[in-house]
Amino acid sequence: MNYLYLLQLAAPETIITVTMLVVLGVDLTVLRDKSIATRFTVGGWIAIFGCAVAAAMLWGRIQGGHALATAYRLDPFNGFLIIDPVTDFAKIALLVLTAFTVLISTSGKFTNHVGEYLSLLLLGTIGLLFLVSAGDLLMVWVPLEFTSLSLYILAAFNKHNERASEAALKYFLFGGMSAAFLLFGFSLLYGISGSTNLAEIARVMQGRGLDPLLIVAIVTTVIGFGFKVAAVPFHLWAPDAYEGAPTPSAAFIAAGSKVASFYILAKIFTLAFAGSTGSAVWHGYVSGWMPVVAVVAALSMVLGNLTAIVQSSVKRLLAYSAIAHAGYVLLGVLAGTASSISAMMFYIITYALTVIGAFGVVTVVEEATGGDALSDFKGLSRRAPGLSLCLLVFLLSLGGIPPLAGFIGKFFLFSAVVSVGENLGLLWLVILAIAMSAVSFYYYLRVLKAAYVQDAAEGAPAIKVPGLTMFALVLLAALVVLLGCAPGLLMRFL
Amino acid sequence: MLAWTIYISFIGVLVLMLLPRDNARAARIVALLTAVASCVVAFVGAIQQANPGEVTTIVNVPWIPGIGANYYLAADGISLVLVILTGLAAVAGILFSWNIEKRTKEFFAFYLALIGGVYGVFLSFDVLLLFVFYELTIIPKYFLIARWGSTRKEYGAMKLALYSFVGSHLVLIGLIATWVVAKGQLGHASLNLIELSKVSFPIVFQHWMFPLVFIGFAILAGMWPFHTWAPTGHVAAPTAGSMLLAGVVMKLGAYGCLRVAMLLFPEGMREWQWAVAALAVIGIVYGAGVALVQRDFKFVIGYSSVSHMGFVLLGLATLNTIGLDGAVLQMFSHGIIAGLLFAVVGRMVYDRTHTRDFNDLETMQIGKLLPFAGITFVIAGVASMGLPGFSGFVAELQVLMGAWAVFPKMTILAGMGIVVGVAYTLRAMQKAFYSDAPEKISDGHDHPLEPITFPEKAGAVMLIGASLVVGLFPGLLMNWIEPCFKSPMFHRLLAGGAL
Repeated sequence: MNYLYLLQLAAPETIITVTMLVVLGVDLTVLRDKSIATRFTVGGWIAIFGCAVAAAMLWGRIQGGHALATAYRLDPFNGFLIIDPVTDFAKIALLVLTAFTVLISTSGKFTNHVGEYLSLLLLGTIGLLFLVSAGDLLMVWVPLEFTSLSLYILAAFNKHNERASEAALKYFLFGGMSAAFLLFGFSLLYGISGSTNLAEIARVMQGRGLDPLLIVAIVTTVIGFGFKVAAVPFHLWAPDAYEGAPTPSAAFIAAGSKVASFYILAKIFTLAFAGSTGSAVWHGYVSGWMPVVAVVAALSMVLGNLTAIVQSSVKRLLAYSAIAHAGYVLLGVLAGTASSISAMMFYIITYALTVIGAFGVVTVVEEATGGDALSDFKGLSRRAPGLSLCLLVFLLSLGGIPPLAGFIGKFFLFSAVVSVGENLGLLWLVILAIAMSAVSFYYYLRVLKAAYVQDAAEGAPAIKVPGLTMFALVLLAALVVLLGCAPGLLMRFL
Repeated sequence: MLAWTIYISFIGVLVLMLLPRDNARAARIVALLTAVASCVVAFVGAIQQANPGEVTTIVNVPWIPGIGANYYLAADGISLVLVILTGLAAVAGILFSWNIEKRTKEFFAFYLALIGGVYGVFLSFDVLLLFVFYELTIIPKYFLIARWGSTRKEYGAMKLALYSFVGSHLVLIGLIATWVVAKGQLGHASLNLIELSKVSFPIVFQHWMFPLVFIGFAILAGMWPFHTWAPTGHVAAPTAGSMLLAGVVMKLGAYGCLRVAMLLFPEGMREWQWAVAALAVIGIVYGAGVALVQRDFKFVIGYSSVSHMGFVLLGLATLNTIGLDGAVLQMFSHGIIAGLLFAVVGRMVYDRTHTRDFNDLETMQIGKLLPFAGITFVIAGVASMGLPGFSGFVAELQVLMGAWAVFPKMTILAGMGIVVGVAYTLRAMQKAFYSDAPEKISDGHDHPLEPITFPEKAGAVMLIGASLVVGLFPGLLMNWIEPCFKSPMFHRLLAGGAL
């Protein structure tokens, strides 16, 4: 083991670690007496700078790989740190998402522990960066929990809000339990295969039939990850956590952590359970992990979308819509082909960008009106035309309206899923997904109706949108439109 | 050239968004200029097209290579007819919304976005692109109605949006399944409509996919029993909204049925031909019957739209050249005439009297107070009844001739629909304009009705003119439509069912 080499490969992660320390240090020393806004601005820009440097480094590595004209794949530490173009790109996406989360946090007034808040965001990001590079069960579990611990604290960050404590406690208890399930599943996998290395496990599992032990391993792993990605029936923490947490923290939970979790989830299922895929096709049921995931996906889509209809809090609505989206994304996992995985990555990255934007708009509205109920959005198109235009783009993209990224993501994802096997066997799941996506349109439209059709109370003042937040939102909205019209820009990296 | 109809419309949207908030006059003028410009482009582009029987490519560049999607705009005669209809309807709609004072610039921005999407649908020969434009029209429709509409506007708008969205999602399912199967057969991913129309999809697949995609589109064409959005939506919409809904949006649905569902799945169409025809005839008779007993003036026109769109669907169901010719011509004709009827009801009458209830209108003697409105309605009414000399006559006659060859009994029923059509039109005419009921005793608060303005007159003359010209010289459009159905593209669809 050559530590210098390790440091070289893990340079982006190292940079973020250093950035995290700098942000914390600067905030605790130089900025001690400054206003919260200044501390957020300065700390935020340092964090963004760090993300940018790390992303640039990763970009350089990808471009260097292109120059060699061969796909590089480095795995010098036996699964502990796998580097290939896709993981590098996923890391860039994670860094971009973190940067946007920082940007929409900067106008926040929910805490005076600015340095701690920003450094926890970066800490969570470090975990996610390692997670996508993982090729070993241990290396999956450690970063996953590392990130989760940061997220629990981030969820509880608003000390003045009782609901935040409740939400964080709920999130923590559910998360802790899911970690236990996951660990249990992993231990069974290790017991069966004698290795923690995913490639090694895959080799042993190939051609091995289904036995009771493996079934338990599959089920506990599904439960563990089901909690992490908030899929039904393991979703109960999500609405409360989203509602109680400070909105930017909720955005981070919904965006960055989902991207990495889904990526690794797909990796584990397609590799570690390679011999027991089973089949979820219509009239062709074979037991294995695919039917389990199919059930979870179907339940998430149905329950998430139907429950979202009756929500009056926009954050809760976004939470249930996140559950529904987890269902769509799981379709990509269970299809298990290369094209479905890259479609899934496209979908989840664009979803993450969109949902950060949506939470960003909610942050601003919350600051201005004191709430996130549907009625607080009334007359938004008059009070803040630019902001509501951004909201329109984000929600329509979530609803899957072309030419926005959410639509083309759905098209990629569903067509990849239908392509699996013969005779369109998975079409039934896609039909369910599309039917549910038609339902989802209704509740997104309800929010837009409040913003565009209903009028604000008499004399409601215009909402002043903080410059940095507006900058971030416009950028995000532009990205959502751009990736919808020219998805090739992103798709060629996945 | 024709592609600029789309671009001009969206440029208009951008310009409107940049205008100052309270300058209603500037917004109107920008909107009118945009619509006129795109209308002129549509006419010039259509006339320039040398061979309307063939699909003439406007632009074809790769868009999303991974899934075989191209940015492929093209036009054949059918597209040309509908593009011109869109141009005319767009201009007329703006002329009849000259009195919108509330948030004028947003109104016209949504309006032009809708128009741009409609042009896009009619010119797309890539299925995904067509679908993108198709869905693009849903959102502006919703806001136009919910924000600027009247009676139960939020309900009507949401109903329309949900119906459209459900319909387009049925289409999306079909689209994805088709893409996958076609990829297997062609060996490469393709969404090119012409290429897909040459693929022989398995018979069973066609039998399942055809109803899915056809119904998905037909919801928007107002096919019974999926028509219920149409009356409520039309009634709730502002005048320009109902003009566009009836004038062009319902045509999107019919166009999708023809261009996508029928062209891709000819065997499926033959399997379900009788069902399409039956639903069409039920729509004709039911729409006309319900229109006969309405008290709300706008509901009469709303249901008459369902009835007239039934003729389009019946024409499609004939699967012979004359019936299909009639269907396309009827799309044009109904677009013009229904637009005019809605303009009279919504703009000329309702905006002035603030009522559409026949019982109230009967006491107002509008025929005397607003002679122009009365005469316009009479002309539009007789055009709608199918009087020779107007476009509706040529269109419906061809549909019935085509249908007679295939479904004689149903054709007789459809013919009865026309008779009922005469009845409800005359009833509406009499009640709203020329009632001899005693005049309401003035309570001293009445204001004289505002006289018909110049933009209204201009719009009415334009639409009447269009209907007359096509009625007297149907060859103008038939020269574009007829060769299309003789082109190789439609061979497969017409070959088996040629009677």
